[in-house]
Amino acid sequence: MLSFAWIILVFPALGLLINWIFGKRMGKSYIALVASAAVFASFLTAVGLAAGLAALPADARAVTVPLWSWIHIGDFQVDFALLIDPLSVVMALVVTGVGFIIHWYAATYMLVDDHHRELSLRMYGRFFIYLNFFILMMLTLVLANNYLQLYVGWEGVGVASYLLISFWFYKPSAADAGKKAFIVNRVGDFGMALAIMWLFFLFGKEAGSLAFADIFHAAEGAGAAAAGAMTGITLLLLLAATGKSAQIPLFVWLPDAMEGPTPVSALIHAATMVTAGVYMIARSHPLFEMAPTTMAVVAWIGALTALMAASIAIVQTDLKRILAYSTISQLGYMFLGVGVGAFTAGIFHLMTHAFFKALLFLTAGSVMHAMHGELNIDLMGGLKQKMPKTYWQFLIGAAALAGFPLLAGFWSKDAILYEAFLKSPLLWGVGIFTALLTAFYSFRAVFRAFHGDPRSEHAEHAHEQSPGMTFPLWFLVIGSLFAGLLGLPALFGEHVNVLGNWLAPVFADLEGEVHGSEGLELTLFLVSSGVALLGIFIAYARYIPEWGWAKALQRLFSRLQPVLENKYCVDEIYMAAIVNPLRRLAEGFYQLGDGCIIEGIVNGVGAVTVRAGGYVARMQTGVLGMYALSFFVGVVLVLLWFLLFVT
Amino acid sequence: MTLPNLDLPPLLPEIILIGMALLLLVVDMAARFRDARAEGSLMAGLTFASVLIAAGATAAGIGGGDASVAGVVLVDDLSRYLNLVVLLAAGLSVLLAWAYVPQFSRESSSFYALVLLATAGMMFMGKSVELITLFVSLEILSVSLYILTGFNRHQLASAEGALKYFLLGAFSSGFFLYGLALFYVQTGSTQLAEIAAQDSGGVLLLIGLGLLLVGFFFKLAGVPFHMWAPDAYQGAPTPVTGFMSVATKAAAFIALFRVLAAVPGVPVEVWGWAVAIVAVLTMTWGNFAALRQKSLKRMLAYSSIAHAGYMMTGLVAGTDALNAILYYLFAYAFMNIGAFAVAAMLERPTPNAPQDATIDAARGLFDRRPALATAMAIFMLSLTGIPPLVGFFGKLYVFGAAVSAGWAWLAVVGMLNSVVSAYYYLRVVVVMFMAPEDETSYVRSRIPAGAGTAIAVAVTGVLLMGLLATPVFVELGRAVIALR
Repeated sequence: MLSFAWIILVFPALGLLINWIFGKRMGKSYIALVASAAVFASFLTAVGLAAGLAALPADARAVTVPLWSWIHIGDFQVDFALLIDPLSVVMALVVTGVGFIIHWYAATYMLVDDHHRELSLRMYGRFFIYLNFFILMMLTLVLANNYLQLYVGWEGVGVASYLLISFWFYKPSAADAGKKAFIVNRVGDFGMALAIMWLFFLFGKEAGSLAFADIFHAAEGAGAAAAGAMTGITLLLLLAATGKSAQIPLFVWLPDAMEGPTPVSALIHAATMVTAGVYMIARSHPLFEMAPTTMAVVAWIGALTALMAASIAIVQTDLKRILAYSTISQLGYMFLGVGVGAFTAGIFHLMTHAFFKALLFLTAGSVMHAMHGELNIDLMGGLKQKMPKTYWQFLIGAAALAGFPLLAGFWSKDAILYEAFLKSPLLWGVGIFTALLTAFYSFRAVFRAFHGDPRSEHAEHAHEQSPGMTFPLWFLVIGSLFAGLLGLPALFGEHVNVLGNWLAPVFADLEGEVHGSEGLELTLFLVSSGVALLGIFIAYARYIPEWGWAKALQRLFSRLQPVLENKYCVDEIYMAAIVNPLRRLAEGFYQLGDGCIIEGIVNGVGAVTVRAGGYVARMQTGVLGMYALSFFVGVVLVLLWFLLFVT
Repeated sequence: MTLPNLDLPPLLPEIILIGMALLLLVVDMAARFRDARAEGSLMAGLTFASVLIAAGATAAGIGGGDASVAGVVLVDDLSRYLNLVVLLAAGLSVLLAWAYVPQFSRESSSFYALVLLATAGMMFMGKSVELITLFVSLEILSVSLYILTGFNRHQLASAEGALKYFLLGAFSSGFFLYGLALFYVQTGSTQLAEIAAQDSGGVLLLIGLGLLLVGFFFKLAGVPFHMWAPDAYQGAPTPVTGFMSVATKAAAFIALFRVLAAVPGVPVEVWGWAVAIVAVLTMTWGNFAALRQKSLKRMLAYSSIAHAGYMMTGLVAGTDALNAILYYLFAYAFMNIGAFAVAAMLERPTPNAPQDATIDAARGLFDRRPALATAMAIFMLSLTGIPPLVGFFGKLYVFGAAVSAGWAWLAVVGMLNSVVSAYYYLRVVVVMFMAPEDETSYVRSRIPAGAGTAIAVAVTGVLLMGLLATPVFVELGRAVIALR
């Protein structure tokens, strides 16, 4: 039954085609129904794939479903094939599961535009076409069995992301944000392209394809001889991952991407697309394992990104931006996880994060609607009474994010921190401090937005959203509460880690992981819990009773505030150090090289060609005798040529 | 008098077409029609159905082995695939002609009967293994096409194109027939198999081959035998232009292959160089002349000459390139007829006949009809040879075959020519997407269902055959393996 895996791609493709062709005649409810049903059907397929895979013995759980051989020239072969293994199925489940709920929510959310006017049918249809296109491309990415197909999906989700960030294209800020995301991602994608070419150059002949299994096998065969090249390749892959997953140095696009409609922020810029980098590294783990240097770089980039983004998040006042920086920070944790070789933990956090971050974004969307587009938490307050359902949903999401003991985010973050500690206590130190900041900023948002008295007209008149938006979120609430139970630590027994057991065949080639003592595990477990509770308590102390010591604590750090509020001036630094010099260089090239030399040659050749075309066309006089003459000359020449060989 | 023992079932597709052609003429005499439109729809519908059935019958036979009928035609997988190319071109053109022909003619029955006869002639030409049969089928398709070219009696250009095509065609037939006679004189047979068996490379055979080549070059619109093509292509009703620019070439290429395979005594260097030089002249001339055209149809006519040049590049590689050429023919059927179909939508109707569309008619097309403009852009990009569209793979395989056969320089010339062609193809795209609409712009307010279907099928073909390039190519390779 796994051979029917391809239908998982057919549903979103059909959904977008139907909405594209018939959308204008269907009406909004049918458009939303078609789009959501398509994703739901894909979700059911993914469940079926998981079941089909589970029925196989553990070491046979990697099934390649060939669709067709696309290009086959000499040594170069590109196939379209799906790789169904535990890792890709987990990703497909997350993408389609969370994706379905977000489609469902968006059906109501997108009825109005960014100014609360009714959204036109055309725009509404376009939104769901893009959304289905995104799901299609994301599934292509995670189900690819080779690097080139992965690249197709990688670029495809980039396009979808661009289209959706600048969905309110008449707003200059949205159009700019879309461009910024696209261009920054191009830098990373370039790394990806180079890495693929390098892989093909090194192993293409031996492996005969770019399929993961073949490449990994060939790389293993090359062994230490390829160590240097492997470091280069994995660093290029890492560059690609930092672009897509918004890590240092390419994270700058993600906060701006919040210009897109909120369901987009939830789906693409929190739950799924941005995790593609983590997935790609986990998928390429045999290559990364051969490059210890790169692994260390991955871990440190992750840790520092987590810290930096969390520190920026504590001073932001825009609710969606807080969540955006939080996403960058949490992605940092995932990088930290895969960087220390804890691939299972990284994927585990990817999964739990998808639930609670989608939940947080969607509730933020509800708040945004209630507040007539206002996202400044300074102007909120008291929403707890006005929108109780949304309050509880946001609270649970925030608690899961903060690492509140026993909720989803707690388990997965703890798993990463534990593995990090075994690798390097310093990495753990950065991680645990970030956890403190995370707990603080999550509950700062809760207390500022929902507690206290309303601080603005809009907050005064806020009201709960319709069930179309609140109801789907309960499924995400369930995920945020209980998804952590899929990855319980070894502390609770040998085989309680469901996700770990499920993913074990994928990462079976890794050397036996170092295991710390149970005592250590328990200690770290308690420290994590304590830190999370401490962070929440500080936020409480600062914003609810506003105790003096908490304010004093804040004053202590107030010197840092300008730096943080300016986001470490990274945008400005990039502008001054990279963008502007590049522009000047380009200007120079344009003036000198392009303007004088190249344009001269090109236009010269072009002008000559076109003029020659004129002469040629003029030979066609329309006089029949002329035509016959041309024919006759041809006959004579052909015959002369043949007679030349008689003698 | 004894009749030869005929084994007709393998020729079912041809019989269906010819039978339908006769039926159309009978129906026309028997029935009275309200107006030209009603007649046109009925005739087109019947024609389209017979084309579909013939295609089905052909497809069902693929892989069914070879069958020789009376020793003059050979039904093998090569000829079956040729049938499919020709029927594809015919089917798409009939869809396009559905609403097009009644605009200027009340004689739809003759129009479609001629299309069917031409189609059958082409299909016979591809399976002829005897020279007289080859000549007769060539004449069947030629005569039908002469009339079809001049079918629009109200338009001077149509008559002019037909007359030029006819006169030069007669000229060319003379040479063809003379070459055929020389073959007979040298070998005492008109059967290709017998000619191949006793070919000793005699001087008469050499000259005969030269004269036959001239006849084929004429049909393929190879330079300098191409002069009729721009006038005939521009003058003919647009569905006819699309049909003959693709299907005639297909039949001529396959027949030429069979002839070349039958003269093992003539060294490849002799005919190979002749073909290579004509190929270079053809693509270069076609591309350069296309650069300055203002009429969309004439531009496509020259582009069609250039594409014949690309395909000739594969010809020099011999039978190894046969699947490449077959692939190219399928590709070309989709993208070229698709392009002509869009061009037909831009023709401004006049009381008598649709006016020839200029490239400027496409100004701002994307704003008015985004789907149509997108389809045209896909055809143009595919004709240029941009991956992953089918035109790219067509060129890739044909040029690849030339390189493996040691004709690398020829492939390089072909690629350089593709660069030149990008100029005029992309100009259409630029005009459609970037130029603002003005008084020269025109597009039909309603796209007829038939033409719309043809365009949709062509777009699907261009995309799908690009995505499925390798499987299709491998399958075609299987079909021609017997010839190697």
